[in-house]
Amino acid sequence: MNGDTDRRLLLLDAADNVLIATARIRAEETIMVAGNPVVLAADLPIGHKLARRAISSGEKVFKYGAPIGSATEDIGAGAHVHVHNLKSDYTPTYHLEDERAKHGSGT
Amino acid sequence: MMQGYLRADGRKGIRNTIVVGYLVECAHHVAREIALPFRDSGVHVIGFPGCYPNSYAEQMMQRLCTHPNVGAVLLVSLGCESFNKYRLEQTVRESGRPVKTIVIQATGGTRKSIAEGNAFIAEQRAVLDAMEPVPMAVHELVIGTVCGGSDGTSGITGNPAAGRAFDMLVDDGAACIFEETGELIGCEHIMAARAVTPELGEVLEESVAKAARYYATLGYGSFAAGNAEGGLTTIEEKSMGAYAKSGASPISGLIKPGDIPPRGGLYLLDVVPDGEVRWGFPNINDNAEIAELIACGSHAILFVTGRGSVVGSAISPVIKICANPDTFRRMADDMDVDAGRILEGDGTLDEVGREIRDLVLDLGAGGKTKSEDLGHQEFILTYKSFEPIGPSCLPAA
Repeated sequence: MNGDTDRRLLLLDAADNVLIATARIRAEETIMVAGNPVVLAADLPIGHKLARRAISSGEKVFKYGAPIGSATEDIGAGAHVHVHNLKSDYTPTYHLEDERAKHGSGT
Repeated sequence: MMQGYLRADGRKGIRNTIVVGYLVECAHHVAREIALPFRDSGVHVIGFPGCYPNSYAEQMMQRLCTHPNVGAVLLVSLGCESFNKYRLEQTVRESGRPVKTIVIQATGGTRKSIAEGNAFIAEQRAVLDAMEPVPMAVHELVIGTVCGGSDGTSGITGNPAAGRAFDMLVDDGAACIFEETGELIGCEHIMAARAVTPELGEVLEESVAKAARYYATLGYGSFAAGNAEGGLTTIEEKSMGAYAKSGASPISGLIKPGDIPPRGGLYLLDVVPDGEVRWGFPNINDNAEIAELIACGSHAILFVTGRGSVVGSAISPVIKICANPDTFRRMADDMDVDAGRILEGDGTLDEVGREIRDLVLDLGAGGKTKSEDLGHQEFILTYKSFEPIGPSCLPAA
């Protein structure tokens, strides 16, 4: 049931509400997500997730047909799903995304 | 055809390595200098840095020094550390391997210890190089798997491909070990359903619950910053991908570091210490996990990476399976398998799984891994404590 979706987006399980990028998709490209055109706000790197449909704040996010955490805000169809809008139901995720923006030299 | 070096306990090794084992950090430099002239001829340094005794570390050193890939052992002691060097030397001697302990304080310092160590290695290397290998079958293999530097591609290509290789090896009678219960958080119920007995299923679930408690106390999951950069958002997402390494075979047992699988089948290695939280993180990096898989008898390790790990290991070869096609193009010199090509429509999980299985068998027929060729011999061992496994952990005889 992945009809009318860009072929670079992989649906792992019919129950999933996210799709996986199998290659980097460039910002401002218009891509099809479940029949609707979506313009990417930023590059979607390989292995990253994109909402297959609108996901409400507090709703479980499913990948591999299994829950991988809860949405922390309303996520629009076609939006990047990551640490800024998805949290673990077990332990918080440690990452350096904000540090890179603050201190990084571009690497 | 696979060949191995037959040891006195009946196990066979696919390598004939000499181990130089330091028994406290203070002896590490001397051990390294002893091994240095032989770094390209199968002499590996392992050791334990602590000066306080620890039964886990002692058992790990015993299992590693009597690993089927090891043919001779040189122990290097400063002299005053608490490690029970007498019992370790006796264990190695009783395994039928040549062993010698150099005590730096008794030998007269750094130079004399290095000279004495070099002489022992040169002598043992000549003996081991003259040893005739014997035929070895797949069911005599123990293979471990680990993932490190995971990203959003790991759970889609590399890990399930390693799982397919595991399925083929288990079908042929090999013992296969997967691990890191901290990276199975969220998968405990589906994993328990694969246990060969309901009692084992309960043990598997409890091992993951223990990991969740341990990591919650520490305040961090088994999740590195680079995992997030690679597109993984939560520990349960990483777990679902990591779990795919186990393949689809029934789970025959649960073992702890240093336990050797009694027969073929698929085993979960519980790496999280028992009891109250102490000693810090269960495994402070990927190499600590690899060392534990090897202490369980693993002849070789399947290491799946997305971000691009370069590590190998002392004692057993590490096959690097690259899940991410962009990483593979950047770091091909370090990678044995390009699993990321599946994402580009060039190959299936079954094909890559067969390629991995064939590489494992080739290691017993003269093949070498990229990390071996590059001289990678990483090793780390830290403090931990475990209770022995219970009666429902192993399959009935």
